[in-house]
Amino acid sequence: MTVRIGVVTFPGSLDDGDAARAVGIAGAEAVRLWHGDPDLHGVDAVILPGGFSYGDALRCGAIARFAPVMETVADAARGGLPVLGICNGFQILCEAHLLPGALTRNQHLHFRNRDQFLRIASTSTAWTNQFAEDQEILIPVKNGEGCFVADEPTLDELEAEGRIVARYARGNPNGSQRDIAAITNEAGNVVGIMPHPEHAVEALTGPSLDGLGFFASALRTLAGASAGGQPAGGR
Amino acid sequence: MSRVVVDVMLKPEILDPQGQAVANALPRLGVTDVSSVRIGRRIEIEFAGTADLDTAREIADKLLANPVIEDFEIRADDPVEEDA
Repeated sequence: MTVRIGVVTFPGSLDDGDAARAVGIAGAEAVRLWHGDPDLHGVDAVILPGGFSYGDALRCGAIARFAPVMETVADAARGGLPVLGICNGFQILCEAHLLPGALTRNQHLHFRNRDQFLRIASTSTAWTNQFAEDQEILIPVKNGEGCFVADEPTLDELEAEGRIVARYARGNPNGSQRDIAAITNEAGNVVGIMPHPEHAVEALTGPSLDGLGFFASALRTLAGASAGGQPAGGR
Repeated sequence: MSRVVVDVMLKPEILDPQGQAVANALPRLGVTDVSSVRIGRRIEIEFAGTADLDTAREIADKLLANPVIEDFEIRADDPVEEDA
């Protein structure tokens, strides 16, 4: 049975097309979801893509959090549905309190757009089980508000519980605390990542094929879930 | 019509790179005795009837401010009588 992964489009989303394409290249069926439609159409996982939802009005992700689709996504995420937030999607997950912390203006105030090395710090999430611990990967980063901040107890907790999923390597592009590029929730099904795995899935356009690992991981997670008799999706 | 003003500021422990950039520009104006600049946001909410501070507080708490990084203050604002 083909795995169906939903990709949400908000007004101002940019990378929904690339995310859907990456899902297809990884061997799953991409299902386009609309911000105004609370129905997840039976998908097995959801991706919140990059971009500038609602023009980044107020704060990045602050308005998108209240989109009709997000209420359903939040409920399903709490029920175990694999959810990946990329860039703006990561910001939305933080605003929706599905992930701790917040993403603030890059410390140097410049929009940063380059290929970026990351070091995978946790392979026990729904989206990173196909990587090796400490594996270095190269994927594009492109953000103006990518500086991850949280209070010290939260940062300590993330570290102690192995919930830092990836760290910036060979240079921190935005000033993120403890070089955090990606984190996960307690259950490991919700992951937010600032750089863009969906832009590193083809040799023609990407700096590597390293991004495919995130989508392949979700397929593996969902295959394992259905083999174990568990419903793959939250709905 | 009545107005509620919400001031949103980054928490003191959160770095404010915009404020720093402004502070760093001040010497070019000849100002050398400023030690810190912090930038926040002022939001004016106009109620159709009387100002509802509880509703304004809810709006501020749920949407206008992100409690992870920001604090807010709200106050009723008596609009200055403008010349008709």
